[in-house]
Amino acid sequence: MKLTKIGALAAMAMVAFSACGTGGGASPSASAAGGGNADKGTVQIWSELPRQGSSKGQTDTIVNAIQFALDARGSKVDGWTIKYSDKDDSTAEAGKWTQERATALATEAASTNDLVAYIGTFNSGAAKLVIPTLCRAGIAMISPANTYPGLTKPGKGEANEPGVYYPDGCKRNYFRVVPADDLQGDAGANWASQLGVKKAYVLDDTEIYGKGIADVFAASAPNYGIEVLGRDQAPGKSTDFKALAAKIADAGPDLVYYGGITQNNAGQLWKDLREAMPNIKLMGPDGIYEEAFIKAAGDAAEGTYLTFGGTTADQYTGDAAKWRDDFRAKYGESSIEVYTIYGYEAANVTLAAIETASKAGATDAQALRAGVIDALANTKDFTGVLGTWSFDANGDTSNKLFSGTQVVNGKFTFQTVLGQ
Amino acid sequence: MNVAAWLARNSRLLIVLIAIAAVLALFGTSVPIWGGCTAALDRCADVVAIGVFQGMIVALVALGYTLVYGILQLINFANGSVFMLGSVAALLGVEIFGLTSDSPAASVILAFAVILPVTMAITAGLNAGIERVAYRPLRRAPTLATLISAIGMDFILQNVGQIIIGPSPVSLPSLLPNDVILAEPVVIKVSHLFVTGITLPLLLGLMWFVRTTRQGKAMRATAQDREAAGLMGIDVNRTISLTFLLAGALAGGAGVIVALYNGSAWWQYGFSYGLLAFTAAVFGGIGNLLGAAVGGIFLGILISLNAFYVDPRWQEVVVFGILVLVLIFRPTGLFAEKQSERA
Repeated sequence: MKLTKIGALAAMAMVAFSACGTGGGASPSASAAGGGNADKGTVQIWSELPRQGSSKGQTDTIVNAIQFALDARGSKVDGWTIKYSDKDDSTAEAGKWTQERATALATEAASTNDLVAYIGTFNSGAAKLVIPTLCRAGIAMISPANTYPGLTKPGKGEANEPGVYYPDGCKRNYFRVVPADDLQGDAGANWASQLGVKKAYVLDDTEIYGKGIADVFAASAPNYGIEVLGRDQAPGKSTDFKALAAKIADAGPDLVYYGGITQNNAGQLWKDLREAMPNIKLMGPDGIYEEAFIKAAGDAAEGTYLTFGGTTADQYTGDAAKWRDDFRAKYGESSIEVYTIYGYEAANVTLAAIETASKAGATDAQALRAGVIDALANTKDFTGVLGTWSFDANGDTSNKLFSGTQVVNGKFTFQTVLGQ
Repeated sequence: MNVAAWLARNSRLLIVLIAIAAVLALFGTSVPIWGGCTAALDRCADVVAIGVFQGMIVALVALGYTLVYGILQLINFANGSVFMLGSVAALLGVEIFGLTSDSPAASVILAFAVILPVTMAITAGLNAGIERVAYRPLRRAPTLATLISAIGMDFILQNVGQIIIGPSPVSLPSLLPNDVILAEPVVIKVSHLFVTGITLPLLLGLMWFVRTTRQGKAMRATAQDREAAGLMGIDVNRTISLTFLLAGALAGGAGVIVALYNGSAWWQYGFSYGLLAFTAAVFGGIGNLLGAAVGGIFLGILISLNAFYVDPRWQEVVVFGILVLVLIFRPTGLFAEKQSERA
């Protein structure tokens, strides 16, 4: 018995050591030369991203983008030296983020005294675990990629969301520079009106993601001059949707909007809708923006309109285009993925918040930490590569950049940039 | 039997029917499905037709459950997955023959003259194999052990399906013409004829087999009393294997129909159709062939009406609500008959 206890202790000690070992990471040198100001000391920012597995391609570019933002300031902000660590919440075995790693990182962050901001997470599921711990510790968290609405928005997720992530009345510490999923419904309605749609029928797959998007589509459609003829649910476990398609055909819409994912039998839905209404326009969110959808819907996928967050690098304009060219010059032609620019913007708004907090009189890491949350919460009309945007009271960005793509000859083909 | 005796035996059922009639008379058009149907009868007929064709597929799968239950008193949960693998086999067949939406009708028919029997043979063998491997060794074990074994086989087959075609649904080319043959009184398409053309012969053939052939007689005898049947010289193991072969073949046939009629194959269809089919079998009186067939078609109509006039989201509520009602008043199902007519 005693032996096992000692063994467990030893194991824990090793875990603690190895965690410290990875703490160093890719940090730029903290040499002197404090800009115009006196050297105020060194503080840390971390990023938490899945650095192994299928997301590695994306997260490599996000880490580069964060480093790029730091390099632009010489890793110095108003006299503070910023030490950046690239933390990994994935394991090689899982090939994606794991609950154990995300929880361990959050705990480690909460006990790191000179940590002033935490950029992450990549996955909304990981954010659910990390936000409460960092909220209690009073550390600002800025995500470049979480799109699950329930993290910030009341009434868009489970009944206890988002309150459950900010326990014991701790101050809201979570911000995201990427628009939440539900806004895709609004972008979709906007696009539908541009396509000349006057009457729409709205469906969802009964799950939080799809229902949230479809609800927003139905609510926004009248603002764009679209009448919503009906609102039904198409559960993924249905064996077919032929009767539902007949019902929709009777209503006579120009477009059917579906909030949902491929894996809830969207392919069958598409087939049955097309059979009942050969010329109907069909639109959906990024939950069906994948090859698997085309495989599932076959010929019925042809002509489908799809929305997704952000846009492709080739479509960048203005500051974003300049940033893209600079970034590519340093990291290569294929260095930009969908979330790369959000990684850059997250780092940039974080550094700006540190500067604001420092100028407001923070003289130690603890004061800086608290000041960063306030500065982020008060971010209004921030001018960055994503344009001029603000954080709202929930910590969501006012940026609503979405893109529209269409299935043409069995391939996703970029169509248009939606909203800003 | 005379009418008075029948009325006396089914008094509770009558009370329910009278209550339903009263509700409809009082609230008329505000009763969800009833109101919609009476308002536009021809459209209602279309919706019922959609349900009938979908129900035929459910009926084929339900027969598999009921056949096996009749003879072993075992719910073969793997039946739904055998059906799913039938549609996977059809998908692979379509790929092997290189069929596309533009293939000429003759080559489609020719290909399916091969794919259908081959698939049915494969799923029949698979189902009999399951019985040999997972159920026969447990025949003297408590019923629960066999049941767990059946659930385990179901999960294994679901994963086999996932390995073969991946986690997402996969589309088949639209091989059945979408032409409308008949517009009035109900819309009938070529695809509907196809479903009926395969389902009805299979249904009738099965009933003929069980009711009239020597092997069918052996099945009924085994269902009635396995040991006595053995003592009378019936090879019980062989008869049980035959039952599983038949159930598997029906499931495979249904799989091919679904793959063509709905145009997709998916590993989760085993569960969704399986649940419906099992419910249909219980609904009709498990162990009763006609009951399973009627139950399947009834469920198909119910689901279709619900999707059209209410909301597909309430499908389970409506289906299982009615099932509960039926079971309260007829615990053995609608068509429950004397033990001897089981198969």
